[in-house]
Amino acid sequence: MDFFLQLALNGVVVGSIYALVALGFVIIYKSSGVLNFAQGEFLLLGAYVFWALVEGRAPWPYAVALTVLFSILLGLAMERLILRPMIGEPIISVIMVTLGLSSMLRAIVLGAWGTDTRPYPALFASEPVFLGPLPVSRGYLFSMFVAALLLASFTLFFRYSRVGIAMRATAFSQEVAQSMGISVRRIFAVSWSIAAVVSALGGILLGELRGGADGSLAILGLKTLPVVILGGLDSIQGAIVGGLIVGVLENLAGGYLDPIMGGGVKEVAPFAVLVLILMIKPYGLFGKVKIERV
Amino acid sequence: MLRLKNVEVIYDDVILVLKGLSLEVPSGRIVALLGPNGAGKSTTLKAISGLLLSEEGEVTDGAIEFEGQRIDRLLPEEIVRRGVFQVMEGRRVFEDLTVDENITMGGFIRSDRAGLKRDRDLCFDYFPQLKTLRGKLAGYLSGGEQQMLAISRALMARPRCILLDEPSLGLSPKLVQEIFAIIRRINEQEKTTILLVEQNARQALAIAHFAYLMENGRVVLEGETEKVKNNEDVKEFYLGGAGEKRNYKAVKSYRRRKRWLS
Ligand SMILES: Nc1ncnc2c1ncn2[C@@H]1O[C@H](COP(=O)(O)OP(=O)(O)O)[C@@H](O)[C@H]1O
Ligand SMILES: [Mg+2]
Repeated sequence: MDFFLQLALNGVVVGSIYALVALGFVIIYKSSGVLNFAQGEFLLLGAYVFWALVEGRAPWPYAVALTVLFSILLGLAMERLILRPMIGEPIISVIMVTLGLSSMLRAIVLGAWGTDTRPYPALFASEPVFLGPLPVSRGYLFSMFVAALLLASFTLFFRYSRVGIAMRATAFSQEVAQSMGISVRRIFAVSWSIAAVVSALGGILLGELRGGADGSLAILGLKTLPVVILGGLDSIQGAIVGGLIVGVLENLAGGYLDPIMGGGVKEVAPFAVLVLILMIKPYGLFGKVKIERV
Repeated sequence: MLRLKNVEVIYDDVILVLKGLSLEVPSGRIVALLGPNGAGKSTTLKAISGLLLSEEGEVTDGAIEFEGQRIDRLLPEEIVRRGVFQVMEGRRVFEDLTVDENITMGGFIRSDRAGLKRDRDLCFDYFPQLKTLRGKLAGYLSGGEQQMLAISRALMARPRCILLDEPSLGLSPKLVQEIFAIIRRINEQEKTTILLVEQNARQALAIAHFAYLMENGRVVLEGETEKVKNNEDVKEFYLGGAGEKRNYKAVKSYRRRKRWLS
């Protein structure tokens, strides 16, 4: 039982970080219809920038703040340099560009920092806290707390803030949004910035859990794909639930099945469940069903 | 005053839709822009509001002025900020936003909280029915309620000029009357200038001060409402009979006689 709880809890922690990164993916898809295949590289880049800053002796809170700032600029640059020139092109071309961008960013990161693990400083005392009988590392608790806090804030932001509502309005129709005086360009810029920021924070949290930044983080970023498809591409709730499901499943599969099957199940399990769920709910768990008036 | 001078609009670089259109909408008035399907009425409104851009349309000649300043070449969001707000054809509410959120979006360009709150109440004053639907998704409203919501969004922006594109479209005659009465009230009480595009000439002429009739991208007739109403051709082809069906022969004879009009 303890083993199960331990696995499930690890799953929830990692899953909440997946959810955070998936949120960025969903925001871009919702507001502009673009699938951003460079999401994993945003994460990678964030993790390395943070490492470089800490390495350059920035106290970690400053390093986090600077990484966030860097990500905002990255998002703005995306809108300015990629999306704006592509206005009027078919969405599929924009998606192809994000694919190209993903290889480019990865090459830049690995070129600049190599493939070795870049260790993060230990931020937390190593003795665990006990949740009842269960020992939990402080870093895990902290990560989960931060991810939950961010997810909650963004959910509230989209639900109640004027800009959040305008983002949903733009997702529904860019033309109508423009007729209200909403600047679609600015909405895109905000979505890409948010996506870059949540990915970078996700990258820092994952780096913290794993003891450092390395190239495999981009692959973790790619996990957001099953997460968002599972949850429904356009649903924030879906991203959260999908993230938790994928996180817990892969940890359980890794803990129970990998020893029997000789490994590899951990990576495959989320996709297997994804296929199952899509057979029952083709738009994902929370995907938008178009309103039909009767 | 909103003024269009010899405006030419081309879609996709080749399709010429407005062919030197001129019209004026004096401040505080209701001006009706009538004409058959495909005449270029919606295009005219989109040329004014800047929404042409997102449809690959372009003003290629002429000028559009609002209160003395050129507004063709501005982005749609800048034009809204100048005080010109378009209510698009087919209502176009944000279906997966609630009624309240739709209204909030109408006031997107403003930040005076007290004024926004007052104007939200004003919307419910004009359309009490909306108040009971505040938390409902706009996609589930009836056609009439959606039109009310679309007009409420416009009110929230406190524009000096509203461009209304076929507010009667798909509504029952009773609802059309109700909506038109409110359009007139908005014009009188809020002093909002209104450019009203309609195929329903009878209703539009009932509230307008001045009317333009356009066909095929040009204005073919203009005048005070009374004059337009009493024009024989308008009577025959736009006000005549319940159905607006015109046979080909009649249209041809109209085209022949139209030459004498101007
Ligand atoms: N986005 C567009 N691209 C190309 N042609 C268009 C577009 N929108 C309208 N048109 C054409 O312009 C003409 C006028 O259309 P429109 O302004 O919608 O007329 P109305 O509102 O008077 O019915 C029509 O022939 C229509 O086919
Ligand atoms: Mg039209």
